[in-house]
Amino acid sequence: MLRYTGKRIVTGILSLFVLATATFFLIHFMPGSPFQSGAVSPQVVDALEKEYGLSEPLISQYFSYMGNLLRGDPGISYTEPGTGVAEIIGRTWPLTASLGITALLTAVITGTALGILRAVTKYRAVKSVISTGEMLAAGIPGFAAAFLLLYVFSMKLKVLPVSGLLTPAHYVLPAVTLALYPAAVICRLTGNSLEAELRKEYVVFARMKGLSRGRTVFTHALKNAYLPVLRYLGPAMAYLLTGSFAVESIFNIPGLGREFVNSITNRDYTLILGLTVFMGTVVILANLLTDLLCAWLDPRTRRAVSGDVG
Amino acid sequence: MRNIMFRFRGGRAKAAPQKQEKSEYRKAGRKLLVYGIILGIWALLAVLVPLFWPFSYSEQNADIRNQAISLTHWFGTDRFGRDLFARVWYGAGISLLVGISSALINGMAGILAGAFSGWLGGIADMALMRIGDVISSIPSMIYVILIMLAAGSGPGSIILGLCVAGWVDMARIVRGEILRLKETDFACAAKMEGLSSMRILFRHLLPNAAGPIVVNLIFLIPQAIFTESFLSFLGVGIAAPAASLGTIIQEARSQMALCPWQMACSLAVLCVMLLCLNAAGSVLEDRIGSAGEDRTLYRLDNIIADKSRPE
Repeated sequence: MLRYTGKRIVTGILSLFVLATATFFLIHFMPGSPFQSGAVSPQVVDALEKEYGLSEPLISQYFSYMGNLLRGDPGISYTEPGTGVAEIIGRTWPLTASLGITALLTAVITGTALGILRAVTKYRAVKSVISTGEMLAAGIPGFAAAFLLLYVFSMKLKVLPVSGLLTPAHYVLPAVTLALYPAAVICRLTGNSLEAELRKEYVVFARMKGLSRGRTVFTHALKNAYLPVLRYLGPAMAYLLTGSFAVESIFNIPGLGREFVNSITNRDYTLILGLTVFMGTVVILANLLTDLLCAWLDPRTRRAVSGDVG
Repeated sequence: MRNIMFRFRGGRAKAAPQKQEKSEYRKAGRKLLVYGIILGIWALLAVLVPLFWPFSYSEQNADIRNQAISLTHWFGTDRFGRDLFARVWYGAGISLLVGISSALINGMAGILAGAFSGWLGGIADMALMRIGDVISSIPSMIYVILIMLAAGSGPGSIILGLCVAGWVDMARIVRGEILRLKETDFACAAKMEGLSSMRILFRHLLPNAAGPIVVNLIFLIPQAIFTESFLSFLGVGIAAPAASLGTIIQEARSQMALCPWQMACSLAVLCVMLLCLNAAGSVLEDRIGSAGEDRTLYRLDNIIADKSRPE
């Protein structure tokens, strides 16, 4: 187990290194300069580029950047003079993360509840309502859902705030928008695998033994049926914790996703790189955590992990 | 006791599985037909409206700015006085074009990469998959901007930009399927027959992976449309005067409080399109998910029957 974790961390660091390298060269090939904006004369741009070391050959820039990165210094932003990239991440990440965790909890709770309901209900109407809702939630793009919710709840009914992230009420709309897609996937996974599980003989046998319906579903079938959902939590966490530009821009939340898109349009090289590496780390850690959680809960996965894979 | 049997569907499944299965199958077929018809109407409108509608998608007219829905302007007009009905369907056409062509290119590239990766195994497999990991973890926005600045903005650049990283998912799926099928008895039998690798791979293994491949190919279309509309929404997509649904939605955003129909119409067209594609994909997925294993077995039986026949 320990060996497996160690191996995953080493491959993770290696892929982060390759990711940083590939992104570094790609973004430097993008035409444009971080200092080119409207009425700035070419001489000023040249002077600024010299000041920030952008006129040096690309290779030496690369080595000095990677050296700094290894020492834990992701550099300073070009478009926000005097602000470190680490500082920007420290400022934006808490907002994105708190929103992402709220959305994740919402998605897991509603997705699981509706999935169970869909699997155990005997009413056809309930089943088809849940299936339709699931299809809608998975198929409508995030920004469309955001506009719809915004229009109905903030502009027409005026019950929820339009933008920002100040009070718990501010969290409702963005969290719901973000949670829609993962909730639909979780609902689908829970419902399908629980339905398959309930058809198995041990469930029928447990019922024949006289166990209550609730006990059969919750303590016997659900435990087995929930593994696919746990495996999905990694990608879901990665998606929710790196921030969505659409949601952050529509609800005016100064989070990570918005900062990232702005940094690309501004050609803010160090910020793009810093955010890419940071997001890569979050994705790798989220997947690692999920795999370890699955291995801890499911002896079959644990055996596979400590066996030939490790 | 009867109660238990009826509450969980498994209890009575033995009695009449055939009939139930058949009606489920038919129902899925009907659903597919409905989605297909809607998508057909959408495609038809996207082709015909720009050709025959009296208003052009790009002509501005200051006298008719921000008009509401009326008989002359079915979706109203935007803040430059452009007819939205013409614009939305023109945009839908661009979105469909981008979605379908990039899904096809990504599908082909992914199938080839995945098939070779799974078949060859070893270092080639590892190299291809790691390259895929790195490529897919760089945001597609960077690729699109790069290509756009190099080749000019237009649908072609967007399609190319989506194709840089889009093949990776398909490659992973195909690779998994090939890895599974490689170990089956019929692959082994084909190898013993002395068939060439290429023939086994393309004539025997890939056709058996057709189910997951088709499902994924269909899911690639709404994904591409979604990414394209999202990029256009950010302003790095299709440049004016051309428009895709994403650009139209972005333009309608500033008028949302006063003229909500501008956004409603374009959003509705986009959402119906994406929903139909996604739903068609899931119906197919369910259908193949239940039939996939049986089909492999069937094929295996066929080959064994073939080989055991005295020559």
